[in-house]
Amino acid sequence: MAISIDEAVPAPVTDDAPAARRRGGRARRVIEVVLLVALAVAMLFPVLWMVETSIKENRDVYAVPAKFFNFDFTLQHFKDVFVAQGGGRSDLSGSFLNSVIVAGASTILATVLGVPAAWAYSRFTLKAKKDQLFFILSTRFMPPVVVVIPIFLMYRELGLIDSKLGLILIYAAFNVPFTIWMMKGFVDEVPAEYEDAAMLDGYTRLQAFRKFTLPLLVPGIAATAVFALIFSWNEFVFAIFLTSSQEVRTAPPAIAGLIGGTTVDWGLVAASAVVFALPVLVFAFLVRKHLVAGVTLGAVRR
Amino acid sequence: MTTTTDRPVQEASSTTPAPGGSPRLSDRGLAVAFISPALLLLLGMSVFPLLWALYLSFTDYSATRATGANFVGFDNYSLILGSSEVHKRALTTLIYVVGAVLLQTVLGFSIAYLISRRTRGRGALTTLFLVPMMLSPVVVGLFWKFMLDAQFGVINSMLGSLGFGQVEWLTRQRTALFSLIVVDTWQWTPFIMLIALAGLTAVPNYLYEAASIDRASEWFRFRHITLPMVWPLLLIAVMFRAIEAFRLFDLVYILTSGGPGVSTETLSFHVYKVAFLGFNTGTASAYGILMVLVVIVLAQFYLRYLNKLKEG
Repeated sequence: MAISIDEAVPAPVTDDAPAARRRGGRARRVIEVVLLVALAVAMLFPVLWMVETSIKENRDVYAVPAKFFNFDFTLQHFKDVFVAQGGGRSDLSGSFLNSVIVAGASTILATVLGVPAAWAYSRFTLKAKKDQLFFILSTRFMPPVVVVIPIFLMYRELGLIDSKLGLILIYAAFNVPFTIWMMKGFVDEVPAEYEDAAMLDGYTRLQAFRKFTLPLLVPGIAATAVFALIFSWNEFVFAIFLTSSQEVRTAPPAIAGLIGGTTVDWGLVAASAVVFALPVLVFAFLVRKHLVAGVTLGAVRR
Repeated sequence: MTTTTDRPVQEASSTTPAPGGSPRLSDRGLAVAFISPALLLLLGMSVFPLLWALYLSFTDYSATRATGANFVGFDNYSLILGSSEVHKRALTTLIYVVGAVLLQTVLGFSIAYLISRRTRGRGALTTLFLVPMMLSPVVVGLFWKFMLDAQFGVINSMLGSLGFGQVEWLTRQRTALFSLIVVDTWQWTPFIMLIALAGLTAVPNYLYEAASIDRASEWFRFRHITLPMVWPLLLIAVMFRAIEAFRLFDLVYILTSGGPGVSTETLSFHVYKVAFLGFNTGTASAYGILMVLVVIVLAQFYLRYLNKLKEG
């Protein structure tokens, strides 16, 4: 499928209509713009409200009616995210660090396992290749709550409960299907003739892959890794069932834990949510060209 | 594998590369060596656990009891399939899936259509609309919980200034499920929009030009050019969302914890309660296996269709 958002505009209605119709066209265009703006505001308002709450003084956070503009500004909530009440590092900042480690390691593992597999699936004729690929993708559709029951029992036997390694492994397994599908698309775009030519020059297939194909795949690998990173970073279900201690807990369950008590510090919740979401948005912006493929797990390419 | 594989790349480039062994043989070895690690991880972390769950589903095993598992045949399955509690959750899940996916599709497609008719600022607009989709369900859930709070939530505050009364969004039977659908729609409308937009921008210009030469009406163009071209991609997006919505857990967990009562308990959430609060591991496994079967059927539809689309 050759589809691109950046491609030419699909014929915004041309002005070949008679004058009467053109006036109607202008009114219609205004309506369309107004609708679009209204929808954009509705979609973005919660995000803006979250950012606003994170920089509001506590009493303004709970103000009724809500204060949209004339609130008192503070950065205290952001300080609370990283610094504990009595000084020193806060529990939340530890969880953020755990998230970085777990998401990073699982992404590396998924990439190291997935990229060679994607290349092999793209280049070689294998038995029941299509079935294998579909099987791989379908493991990704399993309901996490169902998978977590046997994983929980398995980890209990192996001593992987409440360990970073356990989370890293499950996230890697969760990201490998995506990496293979996404990367196969990128490998397909690199002509196999490059490798054939290199092999005529006397390189082995592996050398041809490493020296000629792999460098061309780097942008694709980067984009794929960024998506895997986002998936692991945002993951919540496995994290909440497979970890419990402060030393291991990643950020999503830690942030969700903030609303467990009787009183909820919504300013802190908002600030930690902003801190948590910011890297994701930056990364997503970097890979915006590949978003369609990324969010459909590599199934839809353009 | 040949002996040259361990040679550093630099060396290989500076000297004439050593001739490899039989290329056919090494190809096969290479394919196995490259694919098997990934497949092993999937077998260990996805297939084996599911097989274990399948085994447990025929037993009365409980994760908290020290005693072993007794074989109980299909008891767990008949228990689940005959349980009115499960039927109720299935209905809740169905309402949620249909409601959320329908709303997302209509809204997402409309936004995509509106954006595709703009000439300027499309990139920026698209990027802005995509923000909710990239957020973690934890962030989305928490934040909407705050906004929908009956006392100090901003939604009620805005309704109040418009002259409406307070609505207990998350604590009333009727509104709770509706709120869940709204939040999910907010997060995933961009997904449909993104894919619909990809389809809309792929419609070749000459089709529209031909239509305007024929003085075809706007509706005709939409109905006979735009829709047929976008429909296949849109269907992919819809099926994808339906599978995801069927497995929904995190949003329920954070927004309502299934309440009030059990009005927002989806199947996923019920499995969790049976497994981790009731510790009926065997029953929960059977429950889970049944859910997996549904997912497999849905995923098969999706993959078949995808395959057809790719070949066509």
